[in-house]
Amino acid sequence: MFLNRQSIWPRSLRFTATLLLCSLALLIDCGKKGGKTEGKERSTIQVKGSDTMVNVAQAWAEEYAGVAADVDVEVSGGGSGVGIAALERGTIDIANASRNIKPEEAELAKKNTGKDPKEFVVGFDAMAVYIHKDNPLEEITIDQLKQIYSEGGGITKWSQLGVKIPDVSNDEIVRVSRQSSSGTYEFFREHVLGNKDFKLGSLDMNGSKEVVELVGSTKTAIGYSGMGYATESVAMLSIKTDAGSFSPTVENTVNKSYPLARSLLMYTLGEPEGAVKRYIDWIVSSAGQKILQENGYVPITTPASVN
Amino acid sequence: MTTTPTPDTPPARLPGGKRPSRPRWAVAGERALEALIRFCGVSAVIFVLAIFFFVFREAIPVLFGGRFDIGEFLFSTKWYPTSMSNVRYGTFALTVGTMTVTTLAMAIAVPFGLGAAIYISEFCGPRQKETLKVIIELLAAIPSVVWGFIGLTVISKFITTVTGTPVGVNLLNGSIILALMSVPIIVSIGEDAFKAVPDSFREAAVAMGTTKWQLILRVLLPAAKNGLLAAVLLGVGRAVGETMAVLMATGHSVQIPHGIFDSVRTLTANVAAELGEAAAGSDHYRVLFLTGILLFAITFVVNLTADMVIRGVRRR
Amino acid sequence: MEPTAAVRFSRNSFVRNKERLQEIARWVFFSMAILMIVPLVTIIGYLVCHAAPSLNWEFLVEVPKRGMREGGIWPALVGTIYLVFISLAIAAPIGVLAAIYLNEYAKDNWLNRLINLAVINLAGVPSIVHALFGLGAFVYAARLGYSVISASLTLAIMTLPVIIASTREALSSVPMPFREACWNVGATRWQTIKAVVLPNSISGILTGVILQVSRAAGETAPIMFTGAVFYKAVKRGDFFPYQLTDQCMALSMHLYTVTTQVPDVKESISYATAVVLLGVVLMVNASAIGLRIWMRNRKKW
Repeated sequence: MFLNRQSIWPRSLRFTATLLLCSLALLIDCGKKGGKTEGKERSTIQVKGSDTMVNVAQAWAEEYAGVAADVDVEVSGGGSGVGIAALERGTIDIANASRNIKPEEAELAKKNTGKDPKEFVVGFDAMAVYIHKDNPLEEITIDQLKQIYSEGGGITKWSQLGVKIPDVSNDEIVRVSRQSSSGTYEFFREHVLGNKDFKLGSLDMNGSKEVVELVGSTKTAIGYSGMGYATESVAMLSIKTDAGSFSPTVENTVNKSYPLARSLLMYTLGEPEGAVKRYIDWIVSSAGQKILQENGYVPITTPASVN
Repeated sequence: MTTTPTPDTPPARLPGGKRPSRPRWAVAGERALEALIRFCGVSAVIFVLAIFFFVFREAIPVLFGGRFDIGEFLFSTKWYPTSMSNVRYGTFALTVGTMTVTTLAMAIAVPFGLGAAIYISEFCGPRQKETLKVIIELLAAIPSVVWGFIGLTVISKFITTVTGTPVGVNLLNGSIILALMSVPIIVSIGEDAFKAVPDSFREAAVAMGTTKWQLILRVLLPAAKNGLLAAVLLGVGRAVGETMAVLMATGHSVQIPHGIFDSVRTLTANVAAELGEAAAGSDHYRVLFLTGILLFAITFVVNLTADMVIRGVRRR
Repeated sequence: MEPTAAVRFSRNSFVRNKERLQEIARWVFFSMAILMIVPLVTIIGYLVCHAAPSLNWEFLVEVPKRGMREGGIWPALVGTIYLVFISLAIAAPIGVLAAIYLNEYAKDNWLNRLINLAVINLAGVPSIVHALFGLGAFVYAARLGYSVISASLTLAIMTLPVIIASTREALSSVPMPFREACWNVGATRWQTIKAVVLPNSISGILTGVILQVSRAAGETAPIMFTGAVFYKAVKRGDFFPYQLTDQCMALSMHLYTVTTQVPDVKESISYATAVVLLGVVLMVNASAIGLRIWMRNRKKW
């Protein structure tokens, strides 16, 4: 009875064999594609970095597939630090960053790969401070933000800012921040906290969207993120400076009156060539900048000339 | 007494002293295949050592870099890996985060898990038993990122509306998710433990006129306690090592929690969130690998203990 | 004598009390068992309800559009299939052979106790530690870079214990007399395995392989740092968009990024992604369970 080779082997063998053949075929096919397709060299551009830019980078990649069919663009997020770290190792072609490369990072890249990172400005962004839409607060100073976020800062309650949030008994400010790999985090630390450390105990989200969503669902929360992430359930605060109060708008970003405006950057190793160069050229062209604008960022050329 | 023949005993000789023989290539092929089988058998050990080696290799330079203090690493609550002024790598708050989430998750999962295990092994009929076991297996199969998604959307909304606490992604949320994730393993190992209690125990108790409840309380629980301990330990192992679900559901905040509505960050989530960022080769990167070793060690000890406990049960 | 007997077996208050307690206990344990099922059903129902507007064939075969706010999940679906099959092609042979060794060849000595320990430990290592290992070993040390192959290798090692455990169980359920009968006619160990042990345990082994598939499809942490990307431009319905050295999208990773990073996504899209991932995993699992039940029913010994 147990030696029923006839009854068991054939069917199960066939199944296993098909399974193995399938995966083999898959592997072979992958290998084949490694070469040339239709006589034309396919090239892959690996882009990695800033979370602020990941969505616009994705939109570029999506659109570029229609512009140059022989180029595959791979986009990953993770944070500006991630992108620059990968660039230092030479594992990617383009690093997106929402902060400038640090001298020691550039040095490391030079040491590992023998090439200097080259910087391209591909757009501008205003880092907006978000609160829940029911929160009556309209403007805030950099110093108040510093008191809220920095280690040893004194502001922990909304009443200290003179605000009473309707229908909420809890007065505690829920600080929403970003994980430390994000360029937004470092930008905020540099320009708001003056490079002091953050107060621990903030909710450190992994994506800009998570920040805005959490603020949108928490009445007592405050958070910061790129202006492109605004939704209906949050409000953006104006930043009060000596020169007046500025809201994060395209205009205020272009004329640099909004204090938390920053450049969106791309870094390559050395002078880019071939497909990478064409890709960056396309991004800074009006076609690329139009997509940037659609994603809620500020183009490098004036908006009028884009449309 | 006859010993059972195995193929390792020399084959019987045919009349005339000739041994039955096969073509040389067949013998050689079989030898080669058996060598391959042996090699694959040892591969698990190789992989575990490789994991330890590669994780340790990336971590080790920081231990002797001079700027790193192991005491601070283990017992400081200050986690400032990218600070401009004063870089500090204290994982104590993260360890506490892991422990509190795990403890609370176990407080939820253990009673339910063991209760379900008792029900499955003692009360229900074969058909119901089969159905319940299938459902538990399916529950165990749900990917952790889906659990994280559920925590982030469904449970966080549920918590804020029911309790009125401002933030829904917190200790409680993470614990509920982890409890749901570790219940299946507790149930299946717990049920095995009850099954391992000899039927003679049950028969003796029933003969004395006990009810099932008394049987469970006085006979089965004491008899199966090692197996149940193993079940709980394996549940703990699962909860400690879980990454994506806690990354999405606990709120990710470096602090020692003061209540179940505080957000926390666990060791695993911390690595997952910061690993990508850390420049390969930097101190931060190496400290994250060191955290990996810490996790590896914790789960190793937990799983080893569970295994020894289970083995003890089997031997008896 | 009779009155005494009547007293002895009557349902006095003590007995009634005891029985009531027993009933209560039964219901408590029953509700505990049910309470595990309720969340499963409600959550799946809730997810499916919210996903309904996006759940259709188009969603599966369409590529993400307008900055992943619209469109489907094709590249992620294909990426997951790639990762699962390549990791399967690596893990299945090693896992099955390792289980054959442990069940058919190994004697009870220190080496094999060590192997057992290693298998248990490998199953218990947190997924993030596997990610660290994959990053350190495959991406950097083996210079494979962030790629499909690095991610698949990491997944393969992570899911190896699943295959080893269930294959071993299948092999050990083949009764010893079967082997002894075969040995007695002069077969070698391997001949016995090939002719008797494997044919009688093949469905159990397949169960293990299927479970590996379900595990590999759902994992996120190990592939996040070894080869999964946020986005890659892929043509709709293209079955071979990735090379081994490329990075790929994956369903689990896609769910994570869509929920945490992409702004203004239609709610139903993230729910639908979760439902597809959950559906794939549960269906694969259910088929493993079905196979096991079928196998048990036709087992003749």
